Amino acid sequence: MLQGWVVVLTSFAYLGLLFAVAYYADRRADAGRSVIASPYIYSLSLAVYATAWTFYGSVGRAASDGVGFLPIYIGPTLMIALWWIVMRKILRISKQNHITSLADFIASRYGRSALLGGVVTVIAVIGILPYISLQLKAVSNSFTIVLQYPEIVMPAKLGAVPLLQDTALWVALILAAFTIVFGTRHLNAAEHHEGMVAAIAFESLVKLVAFLAVGAWVTWGIYHGLGDLFGRVAAQPTLAAMLTPFDGVAGSYSSWVWLTILSMLAIMFLPRQFQVTVIENKDEAHLNKAIWLFPVYMVAINLFVLPIAFGGLLHFSGRGVDADTFVLTLPMVERQELLALVVFIGGLSAATGMVIVETIALSTMVCNDLVMPVLLRLRALRLNERADLSGLLLGIRRGAIVAVLLLGFLYFRLAGEAYALVSIGLISFAAVAQFAPAALGGIFWKGGTRLGALAGLGAGFGVWFYTLLLPAFARSGWLPDGILEHGPWGIALLKPHALFGVAGLDQITHAMIWSMTANLGAYVGVSLLRAPGADEHRQASLFVDVLSRPAQVDGAGFWRGTASAPELFNLLARFVGLGAAGEAFADYARARGAAPTSLPREADAELVYFVETQLAGVIGAASAHIMVASVVKEEALTLEEVRAILDEASQVVVYSRQLEQKSRELEAASAELRQANERLQELDRMKDDFISTVTHELRTPLTSIRAFSEILRDDPKLALAQRTRFLDIIAKETERLTRLINQVLDLAKIESGSADWHATSVDMREILSETAAAMSQVFREKAVHVDLRLPERVPAVLADPDRVKQVLLNLLSNAVKFCEAGRGRVQLSLREEDGAVRVDVRDNGPGITPADQKIIFEKFRQVGDALTDRPQGTGLGLHICRQIVERLGGRLWVESRVGEGACFSFTLPVPPALKAARAA
Amino acid sequence: MRELRVRGQRLAALFLLGLLLFNYPLLAVFNVPGTVLGVPILYAYFFLAWAALVALMALVIERRG
Repeated sequence: MLQGWVVVLTSFAYLGLLFAVAYYADRRADAGRSVIASPYIYSLSLAVYATAWTFYGSVGRAASDGVGFLPIYIGPTLMIALWWIVMRKILRISKQNHITSLADFIASRYGRSALLGGVVTVIAVIGILPYISLQLKAVSNSFTIVLQYPEIVMPAKLGAVPLLQDTALWVALILAAFTIVFGTRHLNAAEHHEGMVAAIAFESLVKLVAFLAVGAWVTWGIYHGLGDLFGRVAAQPTLAAMLTPFDGVAGSYSSWVWLTILSMLAIMFLPRQFQVTVIENKDEAHLNKAIWLFPVYMVAINLFVLPIAFGGLLHFSGRGVDADTFVLTLPMVERQELLALVVFIGGLSAATGMVIVETIALSTMVCNDLVMPVLLRLRALRLNERADLSGLLLGIRRGAIVAVLLLGFLYFRLAGEAYALVSIGLISFAAVAQFAPAALGGIFWKGGTRLGALAGLGAGFGVWFYTLLLPAFARSGWLPDGILEHGPWGIALLKPHALFGVAGLDQITHAMIWSMTANLGAYVGVSLLRAPGADEHRQASLFVDVLSRPAQVDGAGFWRGTASAPELFNLLARFVGLGAAGEAFADYARARGAAPTSLPREADAELVYFVETQLAGVIGAASAHIMVASVVKEEALTLEEVRAILDEASQVVVYSRQLEQKSRELEAASAELRQANERLQELDRMKDDFISTVTHELRTPLTSIRAFSEILRDDPKLALAQRTRFLDIIAKETERLTRLINQVLDLAKIESGSADWHATSVDMREILSETAAAMSQVFREKAVHVDLRLPERVPAVLADPDRVKQVLLNLLSNAVKFCEAGRGRVQLSLREEDGAVRVDVRDNGPGITPADQKIIFEKFRQVGDALTDRPQGTGLGLHICRQIVERLGGRLWVESRVGEGACFSFTLPVPPALKAARAA
Repeated sequence: MRELRVRGQRLAALFLLGLLLFNYPLLAVFNVPGTVLGVPILYAYFFLAWAALVALMALVIERRG
């Protein structure tokens, strides 16, 4: 099953499948139904981070030092926790400025400097070459090894191969062709490669499944689970030491820490990571899920690294098998042909994913930030007069892809054999880490300048080149070995691996310490030497304040000059084609509510800015600036003017915040006024109601008094018995009238707060006994039994004894009133409860319905049908009682069920001082 | 807006926790012989702490309000 033709055929079938996925995604994107607009696809595409390094190299690293492979994934996990703060900002900036690559980002930040963009591009290309060579080495090695099946032979043992028979060359060429078809089929203003992203996400699944499959098979197929495997490792003295890999001194942790920092920076600034995370991002919200999904992926793909590494070490001990190949050679030596093929495809997918995205990202940089700025400045080429430049752009990018891959192959031939996979990759990590000061400083610190960034990048890259790249060539025999041993020209202080005598560190830690010191020092130091110029200042504030700036303050606010709209249109059309330019202008007009076809003769600042950002999406910010400047007459802004615009913008923000604040306060005040007005109206209505009710209540007894007295006056012959009865009625009605008037006056006094209150310490037991005694005549008349339940003692309360009696009298007379004569029972009880004294007046009358319970405490509301029953009171008594009790700080309420009597209760609070006195 | 800021702060706190978990001296604490369910202590610690950190990140992101 592992014959050469099967392997080749399967590989091409796999690449074909990949292409089908990409083609489908592109078709869907053209139809407006994107398949990659999902946080899951986005997270999977980020997993392009896991390359052949992860797939083959991690095991090799684990087999040599146990834990050295882990910081490469733990570092990014930590960094991603900060993405919420850092990456959201980068995403927002990049979308607003149509950023096309990392070089574009940095160049744009420092005043759209073409020189800086070029420098970043050169560093990126040179720095990434080792990384690409790693992928070529992994694929060609795995291919060579599979072809030797059933023997296990290391490629190095096969001896040097002639150039044209080198598998790596063919791998490079095939991948170049594949990438060209993928990434540069057409030119897109937003630089979205939907098909590529879909294919990358698919590859992420393939490599994960393949790696988990081989890992599970090693763990449970060859050995009997993790316990068995690690048990055998522990039994071998040479391997057991790797179970506690840190050798005890703090120094062995420093290389761990530096690897973590290095990987934290790599996940941000590897060109392919910037491409998938920032450039290909469809929606800022996708970042949220990716913040945990991508780390989950990294945990998963690392689960079986250690079992495979130890499995390989146990299996091949002393047989000269390179640990970087364990993933593949373990299935082969166990005759698992299908699994070996799956592993080969998994490794292929890990390598192709990296190569495709990396070369696309690099080719965009090379085209936009290196070649185009130069070409545009060469007047001899007359590029400004060409009608359509999109073909030229595509040509440059395709050339760049082929060139980058061939350079990667060259590095592989020159320096690839001497190092393990991870060591090669780390050299590239250290190179891209040099972007960190300029890029991160650029989004958080306005003081960073173009010269500072150039100095920092130059210094950092120089140190990297000297301490990492030079030794790589020296080791491979392309430079004299003596440089490493004795330093150049015999100067020991300049030895690349022990610069200035700092020895005892591993190369990566050593290089990182020196390059980061040089880089950061130069960046900050040179930036502080001179204040930023107008263009730098403007870009700095556009970048640093991106999240706090109001949307209306964009680059357009900074432009002064005159331009012709048709010329701008022609300029855009030259780069993106007539159709796309027409569409862009139509969109622009629509967004501003104008007719899509109308084109003003004079372009305003907004249109100029619009064209520049559109153009920046194709050829990068620096080139776009040059191009736009060639067709418009721009008046250069001075630094003072830029500052003034920025101040104005921030003033506007402050004013609008103050205005908002003021209007909120006004709203609150008017709401309060409205409420007060409503309350007043309500009170007014209540007063009217009260007066009309009172007059009505007064008229009823008055009417009957008048009627009976008229009868008595007009009819002198009325019988004595009759006369006495009528006089009785008159007397009773007068009494009622007096009571009513007294109560109304009383109520008015209480409500207005002018009533006299004589608060003294009151013993409630006394009050209850006195009141019950005063009422005894009434109880006897109606033959109602009274049950007085008083405890031994209750705490004294602070109250007006007359008022309390008034409440009690009212409740008791109500109770008597509603009791049936002869069978009535009234229970009066007193007890202490929750820091208050509680009085219950319980009767066995007809009870009160729940609806009535709600209203009996209101003024002039009486229980009973007003039409049939003669009112038995004034309807003010309970209301007054409640007013009194509440005034005394207590509560009055009723509990009742129809047919089971009613219980009126009230409480009076015990003052704290009296409570304390009682406790003492 | 306030909620976004709180989420950023929580994630930054997890970043600091991660720095603590995967650094000297905590690593030295677990760099000892012995096994947990057959897995060497240091390796078990790495993967458990790592998974827990990622789980916390997921919790911060996915929790509403």
